Amino acid sequence: MIFAIVRTALIALRRDRGALALSFILPIGFFTIFAVIFGGRHDTMPKVSLLVVDEDHSATSQSLIRGLEREGSLSVMRRPGPKQGVEQPEYTAATAEAAVKSGVATVALIVPHGFGENPISFGGGNGPTIELLRDSSDMVAPQVVAGMLQKVAMTSMPEAMAEQGSKYMDVYAGGFTPEQRKRIDAGIEALRKRDSAESSGQPTAAADPNHVKSNQADPNQGMPMPVTTRDVVGENKNNGMVSYYAAAVSVMFLLFTASGTGGSLLDEAESGTLDRVLSSRVTMGTLMTGKLCYCVLLAFLQLVVMFVWAWLVFNVDLISHIPGFVVMGISTAFAVGALGMLLASICRTRAQLGPLSTLVILTMSSIGGSMFPRYFMPEAIQKVGLLTINAWAIDGFTKIFWRDEPVSHLWPQVAVLLGAGIVLFAIARRFARRWEYS
Amino acid sequence: MAAASVVANPTSLLPLRIEGLVKRFGELTAVDGVTLELKSGECLGLLGPNGAGKTTLIRSIVGRVIPDGGTVSIFGEQADSTSARASLGWVPQELALYWRLTCRENLESFGQFHGLRGAALKTAVDWCLDWAAITDRADEPVKNLSGGMRRRLNMAAGLIHRPKVILMDEPTVGVDPQARNRIFEMIEKLRGEGVSMIYTTHYMEEAERLCERIAIIDHGRIIALGTKDELVRNAFASRSEVLARFAKADDAVADWVKERGGVLENGIARFTVVRATEIAELLDAASKAGHELADISLRKPNLESVFLHLTGRELRD
Repeated sequence: MIFAIVRTALIALRRDRGALALSFILPIGFFTIFAVIFGGRHDTMPKVSLLVVDEDHSATSQSLIRGLEREGSLSVMRRPGPKQGVEQPEYTAATAEAAVKSGVATVALIVPHGFGENPISFGGGNGPTIELLRDSSDMVAPQVVAGMLQKVAMTSMPEAMAEQGSKYMDVYAGGFTPEQRKRIDAGIEALRKRDSAESSGQPTAAADPNHVKSNQADPNQGMPMPVTTRDVVGENKNNGMVSYYAAAVSVMFLLFTASGTGGSLLDEAESGTLDRVLSSRVTMGTLMTGKLCYCVLLAFLQLVVMFVWAWLVFNVDLISHIPGFVVMGISTAFAVGALGMLLASICRTRAQLGPLSTLVILTMSSIGGSMFPRYFMPEAIQKVGLLTINAWAIDGFTKIFWRDEPVSHLWPQVAVLLGAGIVLFAIARRFARRWEYS
Repeated sequence: MAAASVVANPTSLLPLRIEGLVKRFGELTAVDGVTLELKSGECLGLLGPNGAGKTTLIRSIVGRVIPDGGTVSIFGEQADSTSARASLGWVPQELALYWRLTCRENLESFGQFHGLRGAALKTAVDWCLDWAAITDRADEPVKNLSGGMRRRLNMAAGLIHRPKVILMDEPTVGVDPQARNRIFEMIEKLRGEGVSMIYTTHYMEEAERLCERIAIIDHGRIIALGTKDELVRNAFASRSEVLARFAKADDAVADWVKERGGVLENGIARFTVVRATEIAELLDAASKAGHELADISLRKPNLESVFLHLTGRELRD
């Protein structure tokens, strides 16, 4: 009896080859995506983008910045990328802060005037301190930069360290004899020359990573280089990740909704209702447009419910962001609706649609940032993520709710989502021709 | 599909005119050069066994199948034109309804799909509910209705825009005899309003009861067309049909029946005779051949006989 039940189910599965294939491809595909994201080689891991502003322009500040530039885990930017082939001026404190606010990078480092005169203090001193501007939605990058800064202070500014050490010796240990002072000054001068040689591109022992000793700074101990950290994005927010995940999770479930709505076409085709509708004045184009409108409406309502909940329970500031929310909500709903129509029009049966839409939605959600932020992912995966609706939608909602950007700044996201929606719908319409006539 | 001629001649204004219609699915020719005319106010029965091509022919008329050849016109207009669609009503074989919607909501939806709005839509919905005798269940979801009620609603949904030409594709499939009678009454009431109709079925009794003319279709071809009496007369002239049941219907009996010009189906041999005296001759011959007869009867030929006579197969094969 049980054998007969199993046999019947297996035959039914075998007859639906699309569903059969997808039931095996789905887990393999999903495993592969996670393996690539989390099991990737180290050289594919993301670099932390760091904006650097040198207000001091001293040899010490230059040494420090060159040291940061040598760090493989950092991508140091002193100026914005060229626009129309014209090189842009270096960042200032104001433009760097604006860049962090707009999401160019999540950390900026400002080396203030007078830094070079008293760079090392080990927690003491009253000279100007380095300022770290950060986007608090990224909990990782500022920590990485703070640690790297202390390491570089130790490894890239040996002359400053030695000079400061000798000053402490003079103050707290009675000072050196003239002969000792002469030798120390000669040593410091040699270190300066070595640093100059490095900056001119000549190889030195210190430039060799094998010669750099790791020196993990402990933020709770007296650090060699004092740093003040300031949140420039999200400083007044209760919890940045709440608005992020409100958007991220919504988009993922919108995709499931869209797939289900599109699937109603398959149901209607199987029941014969589609034939009856198409024998009336309704054309396939009208029918699909109607289904898309319904899907957009439903998806938008889902977003509204999600964000109202986030507002009521988690204090996400929905009320002052309503225009941006509406613009992004409709654009996102349109794109996911069109994708839902495409998935349904590609499939022959509901049994095919189930695994295919699950594969597509979970893949898009994982690399597009619905499951975890994209900045955790290798750079290559981050770039691939830009092929997903999730990434653009989440970026847009982040601009609204996290960066407080005006609606006009949403145009790249809106353009991509609407453009993608139009293309996806056009392809879906093409596939749907099979339903028009037989 | 080529545009139909709209020259003002009597045939161009026929409710429905099909000429040389061909539809192939790969190697299979489902409709093979069908030419048919539906007269005003007429109910034309399309009688044939399952797989004969009835549904494909209907779907070609309604525009759901692209023919490989031939033309279909409704009142002289190409079948897929807007005016033709407005004149044409289709009741598909499947229960093509929205199951979570109520009867009224289904009718409203299909009415809107046909362009009805406001008072016209309400009037049409009320007429359909009354015609299908489901007014008291109007606000019940389809999934809660009995099989017969669903069938009636399925028919009503095809008529919501009050078409002048109606295509009924086996509307009584899966319906019990009592519910079937109710459907017959609905169709007769509709006929009283002067609509023209093609009614497909593989039930001879339905065609005999509802249709003035009957087209017998087999393997995609119209093999006979006329009133019931014309079909019988053309096939049998003045002959009668003798049904003989043998005690043992083996190969020898089959060979003997064939020799005598009869057809053996399910143990019953059918012969046609002109004179009553031929029956005695038949009995005598069977006795001499050693074939024992269980019973024998004489009957006037019907549509079933015509179909068997023309195809060598029964209607419900």
